[in-house]
Amino acid sequence: MTALNLAATGTTSLGEAVQFWVLAVVAVGGALGMVLMRKAVHSALCLAATMLALAVCYMAQGAVFLGVVQIVVYTGAIMMLFLFVVMLVGVTSEDSLKEQLKGQRFAAVLCGLGFGVLLIAGIADARLNHFTGLSEANAEGNVPGLARLIFTRYVWAFEVTGALLITAAIGAMVLTHREHVKAPKTQRELAAQRVKDNIQLPPLPAPGVYARHNAVDIPALLPDGTIAEDSVMETLRERGQIRDVSQEMLRRMAELENTTADWLGRPSSERPTVAGPRKSLEPVPAQQPDAQTDVPKADQEGAE
Amino acid sequence: MNPVNYLYLSALLFTIGAAGVLIRRNAIVLFMCVELMLNASNLALVTFSRLHGTLDGQIIAFFTMVVAAAEVVVGLAIIVSIFRTRHSASVDDSNLMKL
Repeated sequence: MTALNLAATGTTSLGEAVQFWVLAVVAVGGALGMVLMRKAVHSALCLAATMLALAVCYMAQGAVFLGVVQIVVYTGAIMMLFLFVVMLVGVTSEDSLKEQLKGQRFAAVLCGLGFGVLLIAGIADARLNHFTGLSEANAEGNVPGLARLIFTRYVWAFEVTGALLITAAIGAMVLTHREHVKAPKTQRELAAQRVKDNIQLPPLPAPGVYARHNAVDIPALLPDGTIAEDSVMETLRERGQIRDVSQEMLRRMAELENTTADWLGRPSSERPTVAGPRKSLEPVPAQQPDAQTDVPKADQEGAE
Repeated sequence: MNPVNYLYLSALLFTIGAAGVLIRRNAIVLFMCVELMLNASNLALVTFSRLHGTLDGQIIAFFTMVVAAAEVVVGLAIIVSIFRTRHSASVDDSNLMKL
């Protein structure tokens, strides 16, 4: 508390000077980063860094309550809101570098420089040498002092603030509310539409092979040995992430069948031939009928 | 160190924010620049409060924060509704009123 009181007086300690120069670099760097970064997410993170630096600056100047409010409201609530909207609008969206007005960027930088020079020259000219400091005003604590002012001299502004907040909340709800132009389709109407379109009436086939695999990227097999591409979801299909393990399964089933045949002493004519490797997503050639016909039997034995 | 350096920092941040509003085209980043300008003015108000030795500057900075929160809520709602209809958050694309 003594350190705070000392910081709140007119002169600054060496510690505050060091802290100021460190935080000023962070704040200005964050601000420049916000303007110069091309992606909105990076801008938002830079702005959050600037706001945190400013919060510490507030606290160092005796505005403890404002420093906490800055962290809670700005970096907590407002930046989260920004990030939500950035995610909603699209993280990957970048600013186009095409200039709509010719030379506008250069003119903007020039205007900014002129404005900054004007502002800083004005402050430099103002002879602000005597800082009274807040040690007297903060004598009973920063929060009680602020509360005394808010609930006496500024009570009207405080009440109007409440009205403003309610208006803003209602305004946001009205603006983002989406009105249904027509009634949403019922389940019966959706079913009727499906029959009318006649593209895929029954449910899509489930993925997986022979109850051995049930991963979503493994397609089911059709009766003729080809894979049912419908059984894998569209996203994986478009990415080419279909994992065809049917050949591996057929091979293992044939091996299993062969061990049984060995044990029973069956002649080689009754044994299944092991299917050779085939490329994924190609139908099985028709000249291997025995491998196909043996599969259900092998499957049954494997399941037992 | 003279506390007037805080005012210089505030002026610098305000200038960067103002230049950002002129330079950037993305509506969300424009809003962030406006927020930066509001923050810079808050820093100036806090420093003035220290200069005068009264808490009124801090009160005004507090009200600025409340107004900024309300402004962000409404502004982002407007951006979202524009994005829904125009599928773009760039301020250059909203030119329906152009001749």
